[in-house]
Amino acid sequence: MASTKTIQDPAATGAPGDEAANAPMSGAQMILKALVDLGVDTIFGYPGGAVLPIYDEIFKQDKIQHILVRHEQAAVHAAEGYARTTGKPGVVLVTSGPGATNAVTGLTDAMLDSIPIICITGQVARHLIGNDAFQEADTVGITRPCTKHNYLVKDTALVPDVIYEAFYVATNGRPGPVVIDMPKDVQIEKAPYARSGHREHRTYRPQVDGDEAALRKAAYALANGARPIIYSGGGIINAGPEASELLTEFARMTGMPVTSTLMGLGAFPASDHQFLGMLGMHGTWEANHAMHDCDVMLAIGARFDDRVTGQIDGFSPGSTKIQVDIDLSSINKNVAVDIPVIADAASALRRLIAIWKEEKLGDKQPPLVAWWDQIERWRMKDCLAYADSDEMIMPQKALERLQHYIDGKEAIIATEVGQHQMWAAQFLKFDKPNHWLTSGGLGTMGYGLPATIGAQIAFPDRLCIDVSGDASFQMNLQELGTISQYQLPVKIFIMNNEYMGMVRQWQDLSYDGRRSHSYSDSLPDFEKLAEAYGIKGMSVEDPAKLDDAIQEMINHDGPVLLDCRVAKIENCFPMVPAGAAHNEMLLAGDVIAKPKDDEALAVV
Amino acid sequence: MKETGPIAVHTISVIVDNEAGVLARVIGLFSGRGYNIESLTVSTVDTSHETSRITIVTSGTRMVIEQIKAQLDRLVPVHKVADLTIEGDFVSRDLALVKVAGVGEKRVEALRLAEAFRAQVVDASRDSFVFELTGAANKLDAFVDLMSELGLVEVARTGAVALSRGQSGL
Repeated sequence: MASTKTIQDPAATGAPGDEAANAPMSGAQMILKALVDLGVDTIFGYPGGAVLPIYDEIFKQDKIQHILVRHEQAAVHAAEGYARTTGKPGVVLVTSGPGATNAVTGLTDAMLDSIPIICITGQVARHLIGNDAFQEADTVGITRPCTKHNYLVKDTALVPDVIYEAFYVATNGRPGPVVIDMPKDVQIEKAPYARSGHREHRTYRPQVDGDEAALRKAAYALANGARPIIYSGGGIINAGPEASELLTEFARMTGMPVTSTLMGLGAFPASDHQFLGMLGMHGTWEANHAMHDCDVMLAIGARFDDRVTGQIDGFSPGSTKIQVDIDLSSINKNVAVDIPVIADAASALRRLIAIWKEEKLGDKQPPLVAWWDQIERWRMKDCLAYADSDEMIMPQKALERLQHYIDGKEAIIATEVGQHQMWAAQFLKFDKPNHWLTSGGLGTMGYGLPATIGAQIAFPDRLCIDVSGDASFQMNLQELGTISQYQLPVKIFIMNNEYMGMVRQWQDLSYDGRRSHSYSDSLPDFEKLAEAYGIKGMSVEDPAKLDDAIQEMINHDGPVLLDCRVAKIENCFPMVPAGAAHNEMLLAGDVIAKPKDDEALAVV
Repeated sequence: MKETGPIAVHTISVIVDNEAGVLARVIGLFSGRGYNIESLTVSTVDTSHETSRITIVTSGTRMVIEQIKAQLDRLVPVHKVADLTIEGDFVSRDLALVKVAGVGEKRVEALRLAEAFRAQVVDASRDSFVFELTGAANKLDAFVDLMSELGLVEVARTGAVALSRGQSGL
């Protein structure tokens, strides 16, 4: 269903002269009509007093399916999962006051990870705004810093225009969440359904094509590099599947190594020899060392996040830095860039490939043999190695075995936040974009379960797995209800170590092992919890039974939760310790040095 | 990013859609990201009241100033951002209302200085004046400083409004 539909050209529908034009409609009817005309097939939401007119219209139609979540935060994460897997904006509907405030974490998450979301919030009637009415909150005020843009609709006649504009703003330029706050009386009031005719925003026109001179300069700088590297990020995913294909083509024609941010995994095939794995705090030895020692770097759709750079002073000190980004404010924010290109990733890659061919830059390129020899030596470190055990399931082992059984199945994987997330990024292999859902920027525990729901709704026949942790899972476990209601065949793979593992790891490394409140006390019996919701529950603790359990989970025709009891005190390596540079990475078995000073301790 | 390099004062002009909440967006951006606002003025500037012009005086290192402009530019209702400080010569004016109370010699001296500064008397009583003074910020500073010894009661100032010199505009 969702996978085949695309957003139609807004100019083609709903324009003045449309069959329903000028017939008076309620604001709620207008909302549904505009959403249908824009190609929306799914809304994730939760009803309440201030959106009853919209829910009444939803009841009367069958073009849009409504997925009832159990908490508004989950509605936004589900919409994010839907958006990230389909490339279409996710649509959310929540009520005023607590409905809107509960959505704020999801909106902030979408803001940080540049996910296109349209969130319609109910609001008290216009004459009550500002009166501290029941379930009133200043939604546009609260969501201003956590949305790309937001609207309070005070004129019923403007409802169609605002919805079209919101879709345009959410999906063009750097994508992001947009809130439309709809007073209840606007939903009830009738007005002619009319579009003003201009489909886009009056003035907002993000730059898509990069400056030609800058792109040529970038191509030549890359061709001159003896130690080049491509550092790709989530912007490639946002630019659509074509951008991933172009990235792969460019990397292969130039022979350059590729590393990826957490958000960019899948843009370049993980199985390709040119892929060095993820970079950054828990990135691979080879990726981080190659970033540190490169002489020219192409950063594309990536924003030099502190999780990627480590200590700024020590970040890739000798390289010429090229940055391609659609958002001017991402350039020169954390790291000074030599050649900035403001462009959509696909557009820029298309030009780089063309320039490379036109100018025969491959002939001018110095041999990369020595560079690859060096990279192979770093690879021989085998930085993801860990000590396996017969007594307990090592978390890395659990994910290696999971990867073994999902290989070739084009599974969609979501994660929560913490150790399991980093291990999943290290041990699961993504060869295609739009198969990996994770909360990178905001680091929202509880993201994964609802995101998996969104993906499964979009792709009912695909294998969708939430790789979870015991602590994160509890942050949105109410969504077991949603899974049960819609009988979504999602697989919940809880890596249960009875700790907030990453918090415990930092406490052990930086706070002399004082494990302050990081033990997951009073955990529920996850197996029984699942069964209470009518979901198949399983658990495994014996390493000898791990493979059978994973296979049973995958092969079960319906929702299933597998409580995988893993080693309790295992740290996630490699790790760039707080306040250190890329080439100061720790591996499993290294003697752990305490942070150098208070400044290092202050790194989050 | 850590602050490196000299801190400079910049006057930035921003043309925005004249819609509800736009000033809150701009101010929220400055407070949320920890940028300085030395002064900020806003008013509609076209006859149809569709756009407003915001003049912001801010300070920061070169990278911070570039960030401020880029962050302003990506706000959806922002049409145009111009850094008057680096784009050539510009004129900048501030308006102050200065209330001074006193009698006798101090009162005469205040009036004499006001004339020297080409300030207008916009309110007068037997023992007070309100002066209106327009000029560059440092001229207003100097006047207020002089008045502080002559019975200064209170000051209201607009903050800077500014335009580039020459024929072209935003």
